[in-house]
Amino acid sequence: MKIIVPVKRTPDTAAEKVIGDDRTVDRDAGESVLCPVNEFSIEEAVRLKESQDAEVTVLLVGPESAQSTVRKALSYGLDGGLQVTDDAIAGSDALGTARVIAKALESREWDLVIFGNQSTDARTCLVPAAVAELLGVPSLTYARHLEVEGDTVTVHREHEEGWDVVEAQLPAIVSVVEAINEPRYPSFKGIMAAKSKPLDVVSLADLGVSADEVGAGNAAATMYEFEPRPPKEAGTVVEDDGSGAAAAQLADWMVDKKFA
Amino acid sequence: MHRLSEPELALIEMVREVAAERIAPAADRYEREHTFPRELFDLLAGLDLTGLPFAGEVGGSGVSQRTYLMVVEEVTRAFAALGMGLSVHTLATWGIDTYATPAQRERFVPDLVAGSMLGAYSLSETGSGSDAAALTTRAVRDGDGYRLTGTKAWVTHGGVADRYLVMARTSDDGARGISAFVIDADQPGMTVAPPESKIAMWASPTAQIVFDDAPVDADRLLGGEEGRGFGTAMASLEGGRLGIAACAVGLAQAALDEAVRYARQREQFGRPIADFQGVGFLLADMAARTEAARALYRSAAEQRDQGLDIGRVAAMAKVVATDAAMQTTTDAVQVFGGVGLTTDVPVERYLREAKILQIVEGTNQIQRLVISRSLTAS
Ligand SMILES: Cc1cc2nc3c(=O)[nH]c(=O)nc-3n(C[C@H](O)[C@H](O)[C@H](O)COP(=O)(O)OP(=O)(O)OC[C@H]3O[C@@H](n4cnc5c(N)ncnc54)[C@H](O)[C@@H]3O)c2cc1C
Repeated sequence: MKIIVPVKRTPDTAAEKVIGDDRTVDRDAGESVLCPVNEFSIEEAVRLKESQDAEVTVLLVGPESAQSTVRKALSYGLDGGLQVTDDAIAGSDALGTARVIAKALESREWDLVIFGNQSTDARTCLVPAAVAELLGVPSLTYARHLEVEGDTVTVHREHEEGWDVVEAQLPAIVSVVEAINEPRYPSFKGIMAAKSKPLDVVSLADLGVSADEVGAGNAAATMYEFEPRPPKEAGTVVEDDGSGAAAAQLADWMVDKKFA
Repeated sequence: MHRLSEPELALIEMVREVAAERIAPAADRYEREHTFPRELFDLLAGLDLTGLPFAGEVGGSGVSQRTYLMVVEEVTRAFAALGMGLSVHTLATWGIDTYATPAQRERFVPDLVAGSMLGAYSLSETGSGSDAAALTTRAVRDGDGYRLTGTKAWVTHGGVADRYLVMARTSDDGARGISAFVIDADQPGMTVAPPESKIAMWASPTAQIVFDDAPVDADRLLGGEEGRGFGTAMASLEGGRLGIAACAVGLAQAALDEAVRYARQREQFGRPIADFQGVGFLLADMAARTEAARALYRSAAEQRDQGLDIGRVAAMAKVVATDAAMQTTTDAVQVFGGVGLTTDVPVERYLREAKILQIVEGTNQIQRLVISRSLTAS
């Protein structure tokens, strides 16, 4: 089985964000890291590598400097990397990014693509489904459990009330949520081996993507304004004085907040 | 000055992450429960951290002493008993790896390097601490093998280790009468006493090991030759002292981190106590002392990496770093004031742990003895 894990380089969530004049995140202003959600998609791929001898390639769309992110992903024990780097990609929206990823996937053989369900910077959750749509393959999103048997992939798709069991034939595209596993840390031998794993860097032209399908100028979505998230409001404290009144208060609160 | 390679930088970054996320949060519980953190040692093993400085042919990663010691420093910064445990494990493994016959090396080293076995080093006895060559545990020839009788003392990992490097007497010829044996935990005739009740490092058991006519095969005599045990023990300790120095720097750094954080947040007289020069200068001295100790142990490690004799500089690093840790952890408690004396904050534990580092692997008096003798020897 061949697996491709698309990963993203994102600003460190712990660091202060800088939004540039073009209303996109200034990626050079702060520390950038492998998107934390990718640790879960990588872990899932590594498990399939261990259990089914899958060959796993990491795919990254991003600037030259993101190579360290590809190496970081490889340090978990993946087999090789494919990086799409082109100045024309800068400022692409989710759809533009999906076009590039779809073309990159078309350039390789694979049975399964494992995305994180969202990235910690944009959090649109659009890319996995968009790529599946562009390629005309099944899309199994929000997986909190994933199993591959023969030609069939089965996932537990998480939603507010629980999960659905969804099944598809390979090739298929899956996106995983953080509940799916507990990611390991890369071992030191993994880190050392990552240095010499094959890594192909390709341009849009190599993939046959024309520059007018991508980039800020061709984005379908436009960002007009942004605002920092308001600080969390103080919670409600219900004190139990032993009279049983607290239970009623708690129940009222839950009804009020539509939990019950 | 040695520059870290990219994988080495990634290694330190990985260790910091694991230490902050998995090790530091668990430390207090293991300490309170007086249990050795085997799960955390296994975690280190899974990340290839239990055999870093050893050669690839025994499963190691072949990193420099300097890099290995940086890892010890980071682990200790999160949890002293585990950091010292890693150092002691490596000391025992190094002794075996360096002095074993090729067959013994193949047989005894890979499991230690992989961390599936935990190592221990047993030189001291109740009657022979600083004067280690006065040890009396005997290994008497018996047919093809030996019979060991006697009591070893102060064994770090005693009772939880899987493999011990044990020094015992094969003749009455002083230091030349000492031999080293590789003894496994299932050794018949060997029992482990209950661990000592001590000031700190409760998660690192220190115990006596009693040999009562214990039959030991001849192929467990390290190097296959009698009389080489004391040399093995002393050479191992040289590296071990750098390990303790790295532990001390990690501990001092942890105390400094806590003190700085608290001094910025605690307010008296209407402002953070860090604004008072009396506190700020204390922090400055703590930082300077820690950095000086760090520079010294890393310089000693580089000399070892270059194959130079490090007897004197290793003793210097051990004494400077552990004295720095003692002073810095004491000062950290001072910065905290009353709460620093309580178990609500970790600095009281750091202070107790620092005291142990001034005594293990040769007291600081013995280090000064080593340094002064090397200065005045003709
Ligand atoms: C927590 C812990 C873990 C340990 N782990 C191990 C281990 O894993 N393996 C192992 O083999 N040992 C271990 N030890 C033993 C340790 O190495 C000894 O405690 C140490 O070498 C000192 O020996 P001693 O305790 O017998 O003190 P002593 O030698 O009795 O010393 C008592 C005092 O006299 C001073 N002194 C002695 N001789 C001189 C001298 N010539 N000049 C000046 N001052 C002198 C000492 O500095 C000390 O202050 C451990 C000890 C502790 C506390």
